[in-house]
Amino acid sequence: MKRTSPFSWMTPVTTGLIGGVVALFLCLVGIVEASLGRYVITGIVTMGQVFVLAVYAIFAMQAAQKAAPGQDEKPAPFRTLASGAISGLMISVVLAIFVLLGQQIDLRAVFIHATPVLYDLLTFGLGVPQGIFVLLGFGILMGVLFGAMALLPSALRRSLGAGLIAVPLVAVIYSSLFSGRGLSAFQALAVFVVVGLALFLWGRYQQPVRARANALPARQQRSMRLGLWVVAILFVLALPALGTYPSEVLVITGIFVLMGLGLNIVVGYAGLLDLGYVAFFAIGAYVMAILTSPEITWFPFSGNFWIALPFAVLAATLAGVILGIPVLNMRGDYLAIVTLGFGEIIRLVALSDWLKPLIGGSNGITQIPKPVVFGFSFDNPQKLYYIVVIGCVIAAFIATRLKYSRLGRNWMAIREDEDVAQAMGIDLVRNKLMAFATGAALSGLAGALFATKLTSIYPHSFNLLVSINVLAVIIVGGLGSIPGVIIGAVALVGLPELLREFAEYRLLVYGAVLVFMMLKRPEGLLPEARRKLELHELSPDVAE
Amino acid sequence: MALLEATDIHTYYGAIHALKGITVTVDKGEIVTLIGANGAGKTTTLNTICGIYHPRQGTIVLDGEPIHDMPAHTIVTRGLSQSPEGRRVFGRLSVAENLEMGAFTRKDKAGIKRDLERVYELFPRLLERRKQLAGTLSGGEQQMLAMGRALMASPRLLLLDEPSMGLAPMLVDLIFDTIKEINAQGVTVLLVEQNALVALSIANRAYVLETGSIVLSGTGQELLNNPEVMKSYLGID
Ligand SMILES: Nc1ncnc2c1ncn2[C@@H]1O[C@H](COP(=O)(O)OP(=O)(O)OP(=O)(O)O)[C@@H](O)[C@H]1O
Ligand SMILES: [Mg+2]
Repeated sequence: MKRTSPFSWMTPVTTGLIGGVVALFLCLVGIVEASLGRYVITGIVTMGQVFVLAVYAIFAMQAAQKAAPGQDEKPAPFRTLASGAISGLMISVVLAIFVLLGQQIDLRAVFIHATPVLYDLLTFGLGVPQGIFVLLGFGILMGVLFGAMALLPSALRRSLGAGLIAVPLVAVIYSSLFSGRGLSAFQALAVFVVVGLALFLWGRYQQPVRARANALPARQQRSMRLGLWVVAILFVLALPALGTYPSEVLVITGIFVLMGLGLNIVVGYAGLLDLGYVAFFAIGAYVMAILTSPEITWFPFSGNFWIALPFAVLAATLAGVILGIPVLNMRGDYLAIVTLGFGEIIRLVALSDWLKPLIGGSNGITQIPKPVVFGFSFDNPQKLYYIVVIGCVIAAFIATRLKYSRLGRNWMAIREDEDVAQAMGIDLVRNKLMAFATGAALSGLAGALFATKLTSIYPHSFNLLVSINVLAVIIVGGLGSIPGVIIGAVALVGLPELLREFAEYRLLVYGAVLVFMMLKRPEGLLPEARRKLELHELSPDVAE
Repeated sequence: MALLEATDIHTYYGAIHALKGITVTVDKGEIVTLIGANGAGKTTTLNTICGIYHPRQGTIVLDGEPIHDMPAHTIVTRGLSQSPEGRRVFGRLSVAENLEMGAFTRKDKAGIKRDLERVYELFPRLLERRKQLAGTLSGGEQQMLAMGRALMASPRLLLLDEPSMGLAPMLVDLIFDTIKEINAQGVTVLLVEQNALVALSIANRAYVLETGSIVLSGTGQELLNNPEVMKSYLGID
């Protein structure tokens, strides 16, 4: 006889209330309003509404999942759906109370975003009281719908979820390409179906397809892999065709990929938490500027991008070693604090009056030229993109080679246990300095590209946030993982860049994403095999 | 002839005077044990010998060569390796990779291969689990791995810090049998232990450490019969 586990009806209520507070928070900080002009589905759903919908979805599913019985228990569809409905209702209740309150007192004195527009939005344009009832009903409906997802088999649930997430993602890219228009309802449906179906089929037939591919003769396998590579390369090369603005976003994303690959060596491989990584980025940028800008007259030499590039990288590398020496004996938190200080020092020095005659203080350095090759000038983002891609490919190659080299193994041992690594014969000084130097070199390269991209640089571009951004990129992507860096940069730098109207909420979103990732997927989006192994069940495999 | 001579060693943690003039000698082929209460300075002694800490005063000579100023990573190359306290294996590396790390400074491929086989012979459990991540091994297995890893450096002198810590009696016997076997194969052993009874019974000589100073020394048998030791470390009145 299957038993039914005990269940508390308070759970969906509290879950819903928390969701309500989150939704309210999103409204009050202004995210919902900020995106009124940005349609996901033209005329129907805006980006801001998608955020609120996401709150309904996440919390209703959470509540339903908590109510769903375990595998060896009696199914309880009613309880599951009701839990979803209750939590959905509670979210609406919180929002409704807010609207009613807002009708009585003017909340704008405290919350500048509590505008009539927002109330209108929350009451579906129907006003009080009809709108309130619709809002509550809408909450129940959302709760039931998303609660029902908990009843589906996990493969189906995952495909549906991916389809739903894909729609706003595609819409964001689409709208930034086509001047703010959203998808049509039909297009949105198509995206949903295609992505959902693709993921579903992939989950279902992945194994037989893989097995079939592995059974092919080695030569065919090789040409298949080659074919995939060619497609991937062509895709990457074709991206600038999207236009100038997307190319600019790609260039920025690429610069963060470069920095991410570098910091990944320091933090991911060697386990040295460096929060002053922006310093090397700044040094690379400033050296590039000093060596190329005609504005700088005190320096006896003025060259082009290609001559300056190696010096920028070299200067950053040296700085990496110089910072590395004093912190050799520091660990963990202490290292983080000291490097953080170093990053700020570099920025403040660049800003200082003392160096103003040389590097312009807060006025920065302007007129940094673009790279030129045989008379061909990389003078727009579409062209510059290719230089950044080449940089990223080189960096990825270096990072991969290092990872599986003896040096990479040393770093891993140091990351695991410094004392023991040393007692095994690993020279801590040399290996740590190598990590700092390699990381700094890639950051310097990124900085040089950054300078030439912007043609002018200012000290305030090199604040602590850059270091934090890069760290977030590699953590979200998966510490130590090279593909992870790319995914992380796309997700945390590229996408927000496309959503320009959310610029001021970027940190908020970062925080939320990081907390969510640490709770739900601590290994990152694309973790390296080793970490995955560590966080999931291990199947013993003795054959060699 | 003495393989290791540590003379009048003083080690400090900042202002804390942890070792107050310790003199320890280990002859070739011996098993020497260091016993003492918690916090007496046993781990500090081993870490000072292998170069993780440096003595503020005193000399350490390994086979005629002073090593007290050498960094830890150089000392390994002179034939001294340690299995640290608390099974500090590289948790995210596999068993095989951990053992490979143990042979880090060696270049003789054939010798490494021979030693690897020897370690797997001593600890067949490690062979079974050689692809498993070290962090997921049981406590006893991690202890075996830590010892195996130290052996992979092909040491002349092996330092063992509490190899029986937290192990079931059966496993303790196995570990001590293995230590005797390693010793019989020609490796000199300096052993730190809480488990004084077993340690003293396999040791040629022993030192008793109390708050940073040596208070007693003698052959294993002598100390086993010493009333002080019986009372304080063997729990016999
Ligand atoms: N890193 C450190 N910083 C400051 N004091 C330390 C440090 N490590 C050890 N000590 C102190 O030095 C003394 C000796 O410690 P040690 O670890 O050598 O003891 P032990 O004999 O190995 O003890 P146990 O049997 O508990 O392992 C203790 O008083 C300890 O608190
Ligand atoms: Mg100890």
